[in-house]
Order: sequence, then structure tokens, then C-alpha cells
Amino acid sequence: MSQIWLVPAFPLLGFLLNGFLGKRFGTRFVTFVGPLAIALSFAQSLVLFFQMLKAEGNVLHEHLYTWISSGNFEAGINFQVDQLSGLYLLVITGVGFLIHVYSVGYMKGESGYYRFFAYLNLFVFFMLILVLGDSFLLMFVGWEGVGLCSYLLIGYYFEKDSAAEAAKKAFLFNRIGDFGVLSAVMLIFLAFGSIEFATINAEAATQLEYGGALVTAITLLLFLGATGKSAQIPLYVWLPDAMEGPTPVSALIHAATMVTAGLYMVARLSHLFVLAPFTMNVIAVVGTATALLAATIAVTQTDIKRVLAYSTVSQLGYMFLAMGVGAFGAGVFHVMTHAFFKALLFLGSGSVILAVHHEQDMRKMGALKNKLPITYMTMLLGTFAISGIPFFSGFFSKDEILWKAYSSPLGSPWLWGVGFLTAGLTAFYMFRMIYLTFHGESRVDSHTAEHVRESPFSMTIPLMILAALAVTGGFFGVPHVFHVIPNGMENYFQGFFAEIPSGHGSVSMEWTLMAFSVAFALLAWFFASRLYHSGFDLAAGLRSKWETLYQLSLNKWYVDELYNTLIIQPGRLFSTHVLWRLFDQNVIDRAVNTTADVARMVGNSIRPLQNGLTQNYALIFTLGTFLIIWFVT
Amino acid sequence: MIPIEHILLLSAALFTIGVLGVMLRRNVIVIFMSIELMLNAVNLSFVTFSRGMDSMTGVIFIFFIIVVAAAEAVVGLSIILSIFRTRKTLNIDEFNILKW
Amino acid sequence: MLIIFYIFAALSILGGLGVLFLKNPIHCALSLVGTFFCLGAIYVMLNAEFVAVIQVLVYAGAIMVLFLFVLMLLSSKDTEQYANKWPIGKILAGLLSLGIFVQIASLFTAGKLQLGPKGAYPLEVIEEVGSIALIGRLLFTDYILSFEIIAVLLLVAVIGAVVIAKRRFQ
Repeated sequence: MSQIWLVPAFPLLGFLLNGFLGKRFGTRFVTFVGPLAIALSFAQSLVLFFQMLKAEGNVLHEHLYTWISSGNFEAGINFQVDQLSGLYLLVITGVGFLIHVYSVGYMKGESGYYRFFAYLNLFVFFMLILVLGDSFLLMFVGWEGVGLCSYLLIGYYFEKDSAAEAAKKAFLFNRIGDFGVLSAVMLIFLAFGSIEFATINAEAATQLEYGGALVTAITLLLFLGATGKSAQIPLYVWLPDAMEGPTPVSALIHAATMVTAGLYMVARLSHLFVLAPFTMNVIAVVGTATALLAATIAVTQTDIKRVLAYSTVSQLGYMFLAMGVGAFGAGVFHVMTHAFFKALLFLGSGSVILAVHHEQDMRKMGALKNKLPITYMTMLLGTFAISGIPFFSGFFSKDEILWKAYSSPLGSPWLWGVGFLTAGLTAFYMFRMIYLTFHGESRVDSHTAEHVRESPFSMTIPLMILAALAVTGGFFGVPHVFHVIPNGMENYFQGFFAEIPSGHGSVSMEWTLMAFSVAFALLAWFFASRLYHSGFDLAAGLRSKWETLYQLSLNKWYVDELYNTLIIQPGRLFSTHVLWRLFDQNVIDRAVNTTADVARMVGNSIRPLQNGLTQNYALIFTLGTFLIIWFVT
Repeated sequence: MIPIEHILLLSAALFTIGVLGVMLRRNVIVIFMSIELMLNAVNLSFVTFSRGMDSMTGVIFIFFIIVVAAAEAVVGLSIILSIFRTRKTLNIDEFNILKW
Repeated sequence: MLIIFYIFAALSILGGLGVLFLKNPIHCALSLVGTFFCLGAIYVMLNAEFVAVIQVLVYAGAIMVLFLFVLMLLSSKDTEQYANKWPIGKILAGLLSLGIFVQIASLFTAGKLQLGPKGAYPLEVIEEVGSIALIGRLLFTDYILSFEIIAVLLLVAVIGAVVIAKRRFQ
């Protein structure tokens, strides 16, 4: 009997212990409990993974509790481990564990130490619930929960205004997405009578017509939710601001796990999505556009974490591109490799930030490679991975996506072209980051420069492990054309995702496109080194020539300001003038006050009737008697 | 042998005079006396009906009315005594504190 | 026989009017006593001797004496201002009373009055048994409960009167 419940139980226990007892028992208690909870979770995930591989149909079930049972609707707390959630489990708990260990070093000395680990454990708990649930109900619980933890952790430094604002922004945009998910769930229930994934996937083809309005509506709404959670156009603007949180948070939540929740949902319901070709096109286009947009912004950013944030948005765009052309396996593969190298990059940047005393601006860094050797090496490896340098993990996954974008029946050369361009940009800005941070002249503050030294082992060991994964993780899904190692990813997901008609395109085309991407990436590396190897000076000349573009890019294409004028200000005006002044004050208040006034006036007019004079009362008695006798007789 | 209607008219007249007395006189004790007059008018109508219907119920009822009137007069007068001690007057217009 | 009735009726109405219009309250009381006597006479004419005697004994003899005692105890001179601040009240009172009288009278005038079923004690039976004996018998059989209750009522009234009128010692 598989004990699936153990996997989320350990982090939950960690949260409770850290949250309630952490303050009392101090740092060492929290340091022990926090990472240990995730480690135990990881161990159990491994066990379950292997159990699942041997199980019939590659799925493990566990029924815990029937939550809702009303009429003919029943929803229970059931866990299931199949290929998709098994992979996610390993990634979440594995990378999560490494980040917990890293945080021990990074958050050392912070005042809310126990609070951090409590929230982090809680986050892992919710994320696990999200991927373990077998129906929308439990998935949505996890969905909301990770949104909550994201809010809590982004606003960890809650005394800072900017952090509090960023947390609110994240939560609000998530909420807009949630509206999409909920609407979709209701429609799904109407169509299927059930919200369990197994039922939906099995009956999708029979219940819904291909390309019909209902399935398009459902899938579009689900995608809206995904854009909120996974930071795509139009709801991506919260992710860069979310960098206000501590760096481990950015690594775990906004690189490796929470932002992949949207992708998980799309992958989980692949059978539903393939029935709506319009939505698939939308997903692919939006993904590609987001990837390009974010990449163009990243090339000018000076905050090291912002560069990585936009890079995350961009890479998520790639994953959605994969989903949109039907390459679900490739998309999930990229999720995994991205988790490795992005977490690595974020943690590395955290190491740098810590070394230069919480300075995040690259204009104040430089020439750090000798002082921070391990950080430099690992970040370099991560950059190779993300840029698609051959045989690193990112190369295999990104290339698979680009090939599928070109060759899938739902893809097109245009999609490939934009993806190709973005890949070049990615390599460019990532190497730019490396050069500005580690090479050239030191622009570090003089008195900070004295204290720059490598981070402690608790931080560097996770970096090294992640670097190893970033280098080797790609070999899990080597594309067929290499003919040497079987494509583990494809075998693993055999029969899980919905099938789409096989694409066109020859093997030689695949080699050609691959060669192009590699060449372009290397070219971009070359350009970046030419421009930035000695700091910002050379680039400044280039900047003045393209000033407008530069400003547009630096200011994020003014998207936030656009939202402000189009949506927020009108909303505020409407609320103030119509809802408040017109309706609340004039209508509601007036109604209430008038009722009170009427009561008072009536009372006032009747009151003088009682004047204390007995004979007046007697007179009125007599009047009454007269009237009664009159009516009776 | 006496036509009942006449006696009843007399009763009505006495009752009306009593009502007028309650409403028009100022002295509290005179008002009480008017109330007694009203009670007596009612007594008269009871006896009349009793005679007219060959029944004794009316007579018995009068018995009770008289007792109750007596009790009421006693208690009422003692209340007036009590009030008089503070107010030093028997004018009913002075007893007007129970108002808004 | 009818004449005597009319004389007594007129006298009783005169007495009532006296209560209404006489200024001195003691005069009012005395006129009321007169009314009671006349009513007693009318009761005799209606073959209700016991009631007549009770009327004179209790009403005229006890209750009115009580009134006179209290009047003499609380003599006060200032109660005779007919406060004229609301003359409309007096007119209204008069009209209403007249109205009530007319209404009741219209009930009793010839032809409209309908009595219920006749009881069990016609004149012959009363004269045979004796009205007092009959009343006594009825009180102690059919109406025993009410009889006991008004006994208690009298007790309560006596105690109440003592308690209310007691002078409080400071």
C-alpha cells in the first residue's frame, strides 16, 4: 500500500513545528526541522517513484477522505502518483531540499528565521498537494495555497513598502487567473459531471466536440489561470516585482516550482487541450510572444535578480510554446531542466548578493570571479545550460521544443523563427550578466570589497549539486536524432499525453535547425563578451545610438503604466464617483437615515398626546366608547 | 307593570350624567362620586333585566358589583389621601406628572 | 304606581345633576345620597327588596359616609376653579355624552329590545320562597366560588388601603 500521504505530511509537520515552536526553540531547531522535513519527503518521493514505475498502468492511488458528498457530486481527498506527478514530486522535493539547505546559510542571522522556514515548508506542502491531487478540487487547494505562500514569502520583509506592494501585486494577478480556473472548472463539471482528471481525460474525446465552443471556452479559461500562475502575457507583471522576496524564495517559487503549476495543469489535461486547436494556437503564440518580450527587457536590466526574473518569464514562454504545439513531453522536460539551471542561477546570484553585502545592482559588481570561484564556476555552468550550449541540459530540452515548434502540425516556421531569435537573445543577456558580474574591473564599493569572500558550504554545496544536474540532466531526454541514447523522456511518458498527428520535417532539417541554434548562441556569446567584458563602457556607446529602444526595454515596455491607465485609474474613478458618492452615500445612507427620520417624526407628532391630564384621557375613552357602540349597533 | 324601557332610559341617563361628571369636574373626590353614580346606573339596569327575564342572575351580580365598588372606593380614597399629602390639593389637573 | 316611579326617577336624576353642578363637594355627596335613596325605592318597586336594603345600607350608609369623612379630612378651598383653558373640551364632552345617551336609548326604545329566554324564577316563585332566602341559596350553591373570591377581595382592599394611606415616618 503506497503511503502517498507521507510526502505532503512531512512538510506540513515541518510548517507546524517551525511555525509554533520555532521561535521558542531557536535557530538550531528550525535549521534541523526545516530541511529535514523536505529530505524525508524526497526519500518517500523516490520510493513512490519506483513503485509507480512498477505499478500497473504506471499510477498509484490513495484515497484519504471524502470531503464533499452532496447529491450525485462527490469529491474526495485522493492522491495519485503517475508519470507526470512522479516527475514533479522529485523535482519539487529534490530541488526544494537543496534550496532549504542553501537557505540555512543565506538567511543566517535574519530576525524572522523561523518564519521563513515555516512558510517555505508550507509552500512545499501546498505544491505537493497541487501535483498529487487527482481532481480539480485538490489541485485548486494547492493552487491557492501556493499563491498564499508566495504572497507571504514575497512580503517576507514586510516592513519594506515595496515588498508589501509586490506581494499584493502577485496575489492580485494570481487571483485574476484563479477566476479563469474556477470558471473553467464549473464548465467542466457541466460538461462531464465530474472534476476528476482521470474521468475528464478519458471522456474528453467523447463528450466534447473537436474545436467546439465549449471546449475552446474551457481551455481558454484554464489558460488564463495558467498565465496568472506561470507569468505569461497578460498577467506576468507580478514576477519581476516578486524579486523583493529573499533569493531562495525566488529560486524555489519563482523559478522551479510555483510558476510551473500552470504548465502542470495544461499538461495534466492534455487530452482536453488537443480538442481545441484554437486554444493551442493561442497558447503557442502567447508563449512565444512572452518569451520574446521578456528577453528584450532582460537585455537592459541592471539588477541581477531582475535579469533572472525576466529570463524565467521568457523560459516559461518556451514551455508554453511546447505545450501549444502539442509537445507536452518536451514542455515538461524543459520544466525539469529549467528547474535545475534556474534554481542554480538564482542561488548563485544570491551567493553573489550576499558576498557584496546585499547589493543587487550589477553596476556595483565586477571582477568577482577570483574572489568567488565556486559561485563563478557553477553560475557559468548554469549559463551554458540556459543558453543552449551543446550537451548541457538546456540544449536538449530547448532544442526539442524548437524542433517541435517547426515540425508539429500545430507549429509553424514563424514560431520557430521567433523562438530562435529569443534563444539568441537569451544567450546574449545571460553572458552579459556573467561578464558584468564576474569579469572586468571591479566596480564594487571600496569598503565592501574588503569583505567579499566565498559563501559557506551550506550554500556552495547545493550550488555544486545543482550544477551537476544542470550539466547532466539533459541526457534524460536526448532527441532521437542522436541515435545513441534512447530518449528517456519519450519512453517515460509513453502513452500518457494526448497524441497529435505526427509532424512533418526530415531528420536533416532537424540537424540543420539545431546547428543554426548552436551557431546563433555562440555568436551571441561572442557579442556579449565583446561588449561587456570590461564593464558598461563599450555598451554605453551603443546605447546612445539606440536610445529609444533602450528606454523602451529598460522600462519594461511601459506595460505596468499601461495597465495603470487602462484599468486601475478608471476603476478607481468609477469606485470613487459612482459606487461611493453616488450609490453608497446617496442611496444607501439616505435610505437608512430617512427611515430613522421618519420614525422620529412620527414619534414626535404623537408624543404630545400624552399630556398627563387625566380628564383628557377620560375624554378620549368616551370618544372610543361612542365609536364602539356606534359600530356595534 | 312598569315598562322596562323607561327604567332602562333612566339608567342610561344616570350613566351619561356620571360620564359627564368624570370629564367635567375638577375635584378628584367628586369624580369618584360620579364613578359610583355610573356603577349604580348599571346596577339599576341589571335589576331591571333580571326582573324582565324572570332570572336571579342579575341580582346576584349586583351583589358582587356593590362589593367591588366598595373595595374600589376604599382603595381609591386612600390613594387620594396619599397624593394629597404631597400635593396639598385635590385638583385633578395637578396630578399630571405621568406624561412625556 | 307608575306615577311614583316617575317621581322617584325625576328625583334621582335631579340628584345626579346635583353631583354634576354643585360647587361644594359636600353638597355633591349629599345629593348623591339622595340619588341612592331614590334608586333604592325603585328597587323595591321591582320586587328586589334585598338589593334595596343593601343599597341603602352599604352604598348610602357606608361608602358615602367614607366619602364624607375623606372630604372633611381633606378640605381644600381651591378646587373650584373651572379651568377654562379648554372650553372645546367641555363642548366635545357634552356632545359625546349626548351621543352615547342617544345610542343607548335607541337600543331600548319600544320595539327594538329583545330579551333572551326566560329564567327559572318568576315572581310567584320569589314570593313563595322569599327573595332573601332565594339569594342566599343561590349564593351558597351556584355562585359559591365568586362569593369566596370577593371575600378575599375585600380582605385585600382593606389591607391595601391601610398600606397606601399609612403615613411614612421619616
